[in-house]
Amino acid sequence: MIPTDRKYTREHEWILIEDGIAKIGITDHAQAELGDIVYVELPEVGDSFACGDAIATVESVKAASGIYTVVAGEVVEVNEELADAPEKINEDAYETFIVAVKVSEITESELISAEEYEDFIAQEA
Amino acid sequence: MREAYKLIFERSIQGHKGYDLPALDVPQMDKLIPDEYLADADLELPEIAEIDLVRHYTNLSRRNFGVDNGFYPLGSCTMKYNPKINEEMPALFNNLHPYADADTVNGALELMLNVDKMLSEITGMAKCTLSPAAGAHGELTGLMIIRKYHETREDYDRKTIIVPDAAHGTNPASASMAGFKIKEIKSAPDGGVDLDALRAAVGPDTAGLMLTNPSTLGLFERNIKEVAQIVHDAGGLLYYDGANLNAVMGVVRPGDMGFDVLHMNLHKTFSTPHGGGGPGSGPVAVKAELIPYLPTPVVFENECCGGVKLDYDRPLSIGRVKNFYGNFGVIVKAYAYLLSLGRGVREASQNAVLNANYIRVKLKDVYDIPYDRICMHEFVCAPTKEMIEKGVVTNDIAKALIDRGYHPPTVHFPLIVHEAIMIEPTETESRETLDEFIQAMRDIAKDAIENPDKVHAAPVTTPVGRPDDVGAAKNPIVKF
Repeated sequence: MIPTDRKYTREHEWILIEDGIAKIGITDHAQAELGDIVYVELPEVGDSFACGDAIATVESVKAASGIYTVVAGEVVEVNEELADAPEKINEDAYETFIVAVKVSEITESELISAEEYEDFIAQEA
Repeated sequence: MREAYKLIFERSIQGHKGYDLPALDVPQMDKLIPDEYLADADLELPEIAEIDLVRHYTNLSRRNFGVDNGFYPLGSCTMKYNPKINEEMPALFNNLHPYADADTVNGALELMLNVDKMLSEITGMAKCTLSPAAGAHGELTGLMIIRKYHETREDYDRKTIIVPDAAHGTNPASASMAGFKIKEIKSAPDGGVDLDALRAAVGPDTAGLMLTNPSTLGLFERNIKEVAQIVHDAGGLLYYDGANLNAVMGVVRPGDMGFDVLHMNLHKTFSTPHGGGGPGSGPVAVKAELIPYLPTPVVFENECCGGVKLDYDRPLSIGRVKNFYGNFGVIVKAYAYLLSLGRGVREASQNAVLNANYIRVKLKDVYDIPYDRICMHEFVCAPTKEMIEKGVVTNDIAKALIDRGYHPPTVHFPLIVHEAIMIEPTETESRETLDEFIQAMRDIAKDAIENPDKVHAAPVTTPVGRPDDVGAAKNPIVKF
């Protein structure tokens, strides 16, 4: 159910790191909690972020929710598709990245495995 | 009833009109305005007879719901009753001109000074500005004061405002507007500020902390003294979001808790109209050391020759934040309220707290109360696990309340509670009104489990059932 090829945060984000590039998205649990996503505010390619910065905002009919990055670095790609089709995140949260960052620093302590994340959301419920 | 009324444009019938002009008896001037400045086509204005126009808008207005129609327990918004005597009072000042010389309108200025003093007394602060036009404007003004304070001290690195995750959404928005960076901290399990998280968050970049007390969960922040100590020791200032001031008037004062700057919402706590854009009024109060930074003009007693003066000569001021003197009419209404209540402001807050606790206790066996302890003027509940298993969520409960004649409470806020329903009854509601509301909430809870389809179908008494809120957010059509 929850892909094991990547890491998770207790803020319900997934991070997939390949060749020094971290793709960041939100989990299926997060999209279900938010409900219908109507807008995603994306950074610009070239923007730099420190660990803990709000890198994007996901807005649903219920709430606007900041995506706080646990990796620092420069944005190398944003998911342009989301500008017109934010519902992609609802449809397939794990296949829909929001932003990709060239990693310069990672807060490892914030990252958990798929199994740990599964336990975490079970506890939260 | 289920028929949605047509738009005014859909009522348009060619040739219908609400005016009758006499025949032109002078030569027509066709070319008064050069063609290049004229529109290419006629404006598409609806054509409608006067009686149809009057009916259209009268019928629309009758669909309005306000606190004068019924119970309106919108948490965090304090939709309290607006006593009608308030509404009479601004007319006394109808002949005032905003450009009138201060010496000729000293009564009006004295009223502003009196409101300043009363609000300062209630909040435990030294001085107010009445200029900000609304709560968020007050927040912006307060944050600009904090920024100016640090800049004046040449403490330029203080660029971060700390905001708890339970804060009103306006807090980080205002801080961002004022040029600050935002650092969000998690709430502790009891719903209060997590002191360890706060200690870890403060530093030489800390400009201040924005806090609502009671919090948006309706809970009093029991560690407020420690919170103030941590922020002050780090060199930051404490900002109090006065949205929940209705819980504590005359009981405890933000100034005594350690706050340095705060805003109030006269359109919440001080009974001036809230709906339809108010207009609002968001006075900002500060401790003595921050008075120099208040926006101009500042109302002072004229020490040399009596009366009241407007002081514009304030070199450290953040400048003007609003034309003239704020929403003066609203300030007059709040003054009427303060004079009517006198020391009764304390009783108003006590009744607001009592009413909220009464509902909380009467609902706790049928709804989930995530923070089940004595609350302040509002509390947060949520659908039970059993309801959610039946597919009934907060939105359904809110819609079902509409069919029973209530304005739904605040929903999906605060964000840290899953499926939150935030109920704030305010002080003016009778026990009978509260009992009827409690019964409605209990009936909905019963339906949610025994007959969920009924709750899913709500509302059935309104012209439109469930609007497409996703479509409205994604593809808003804002013109005909």
